[in-house]
Amino acid sequence: MLTVLTVLTVRWAFLARRLGFYLAAAAAAIGLNFLLPRLMPGDPSSAIVEELERVSGQQVPAETLLSIRAIFGNPHANLAQQFADYLRQLSHGDLGVSVVNFPVPVADLVWQALPWTLLLVGTTTVTAFAIGTLLGVVAGWKAGSRLDAILTPFTTFLSSVPYFWVALLALWVFGFVLGWTPLSGGYDADLPQGFSLAYAGSVLHHGVLPAATIVFSAFGGWLLGMRNMTVTTVREDYVLLAQAKGLSPRRVMFRYAARNAMLPSFTGFAMALGGVVGGALLTEIVFSYPGIGYLLYEALQKRDYPMMQGVFLLITLAVLLANLVADLAYVLLDPRIRARG
Amino acid sequence: MSVLTVEGLTVEYVTGDRPVRACDDVSFELRRGEILGVAGESGSGKSTLITALTRLQRPPAVTTAGRIEFHGTDLVGLAPDQLRKLRWTSLAIVLQSAMDALNPVMRVGAQFVDVLRTHDKTLNSKAAWARAAELLGMVGISADRVRAYPHELSGGMRQRASIALALACGPELVVMDEPTTAVDVVMQRQILAQVLRLRKELGFAVVFVTHDLSLLLELADRIAIMYGGRIVEIGTAESLYTKPRHPYTRGLRDSFPPLRSELRTLTGIPGSPPDLRDPPPGCAFHPRCPDRFDGCDQQRPGLVTIEDHAVACRLYPSGDDQS
Repeated sequence: MLTVLTVLTVRWAFLARRLGFYLAAAAAAIGLNFLLPRLMPGDPSSAIVEELERVSGQQVPAETLLSIRAIFGNPHANLAQQFADYLRQLSHGDLGVSVVNFPVPVADLVWQALPWTLLLVGTTTVTAFAIGTLLGVVAGWKAGSRLDAILTPFTTFLSSVPYFWVALLALWVFGFVLGWTPLSGGYDADLPQGFSLAYAGSVLHHGVLPAATIVFSAFGGWLLGMRNMTVTTVREDYVLLAQAKGLSPRRVMFRYAARNAMLPSFTGFAMALGGVVGGALLTEIVFSYPGIGYLLYEALQKRDYPMMQGVFLLITLAVLLANLVADLAYVLLDPRIRARG
Repeated sequence: MSVLTVEGLTVEYVTGDRPVRACDDVSFELRRGEILGVAGESGSGKSTLITALTRLQRPPAVTTAGRIEFHGTDLVGLAPDQLRKLRWTSLAIVLQSAMDALNPVMRVGAQFVDVLRTHDKTLNSKAAWARAAELLGMVGISADRVRAYPHELSGGMRQRASIALALACGPELVVMDEPTTAVDVVMQRQILAQVLRLRKELGFAVVFVTHDLSLLLELADRIAIMYGGRIVEIGTAESLYTKPRHPYTRGLRDSFPPLRSELRTLTGIPGSPPDLRDPPPGCAFHPRCPDRFDGCDQQRPGLVTIEDHAVACRLYPSGDDQS
């Protein structure tokens, strides 16, 4: 009974410590996001207001001006007051107004782009990890076999090909020459948006090529990492003992070898999941895919500072969240972590 | 009645241009419930013998000759499916380091449950966990530790747990690879006492491999001494201790203090074990042998049985010297 209690206390203490760390990191990220525009030379909020008035050709409304000053600094207010205003804005989910798409709020644009990115990059990240890890286990289990001798050099080659080149080539071959897939966009603009079969079909049709290029160039990294870890793990005594026990080869391979070999890969996977929200910048640019990455690209091109700020904050928080989830999952995957804390 | 008959077992490591022979023409017999100790220095081929006996060897190690007969079935060349059925139900193993031998991410009990249920399909999960707790109890580990992870047990507990694990499916033969080197002397005593008690209760035979001859003298019924991949002397523990015939056995015996008689001067064996990649011609021990004479560096002696034990040394001539 005592041991059970101790284990529980240790586990909660561990969780509390991690949670505390991530809260502190999130606070630091928000603080930086607040400080950076204020450290910029000149007065970014005035510049943004001028730019807005130039683009829209009309006077900026009073509440928009307040919102911009809360986020980018008010040259006339003190810093503490500004930080309080900034936090109040954030708590309402207000990230300011986009310069390029005036007067649409940044938050609206981000929420519009987010599902596309999550759909495309999320599914492909998971798929690439699953394929790469599975093939990596098989290649590492029989290191030196014919499969390993073909797969490993091939994926090494794949990983060294620049992604944008693969994406452009695929777009040229399948989109332009063969005409199998659309050249740009995430859906057919002529169809009404909603849960119709035709619309879903057009989303799939637009998504398949970008998705394929991401999986194609990402799975090799997972494969190589997993293969090398498996090669090392197979030599462990517990794998030898599992074989001596007369367990089925599949059980030895997955429950004993792969289960241990995947621990380092898993950390990488969690990081990759955190990066999903940032979008696959190159993919979304090459395929003009309406996700966060494309949004950021547009913002950068047109110096849309409110947009950049909003996207950066979102990406930072997503990475932190993914890391937190990874930490918690790692505790479940590796019982030794609990003991060490 | 013999459980295991090994005949002419030869294992080579096939690397580079010349294969390295780590086990050379090894033969012995093991009777039901008997403990056979195998002693030798590092590089004598005893670890190679273990992986060959249990058919766990991996490339580049290859069994190039010989037979391992287990109840009349030759394990060499047995199909993997057939071999898997024999594993753990007839032939189990305890590895040197229990820390590394248990899967760190599985509960200790689960590592009993999977082997129990693999070999007995009728066993349900609940009964298997109960059996795991019972087996742990057999080596003095309380039943509530069945849900612990390996890192939550002490070194001694882990080693005892892996002995209990080896006995899970009631094997007739347990191969033990220096199972007490990683624990302290007190724990070593306890573990050996437990092995002896369990052997008495359950009647399994043991091949116990170690570099520690003094330990074998207390534990084993018979002892085989390995040198340079070959058995150089084999006999009962008693006769090997009181009448060692091979100069190497004598050297080993005299390199540790006697257990129950008066202290005598301790002497080591000068020199180092042979390099198996380039073994000396003739008797492998001749460069270090205090009793060598003309021809020891040319003729390799075979095992000769004298009274109660066998020895391979030209001091005890036989008709079949191999050149």
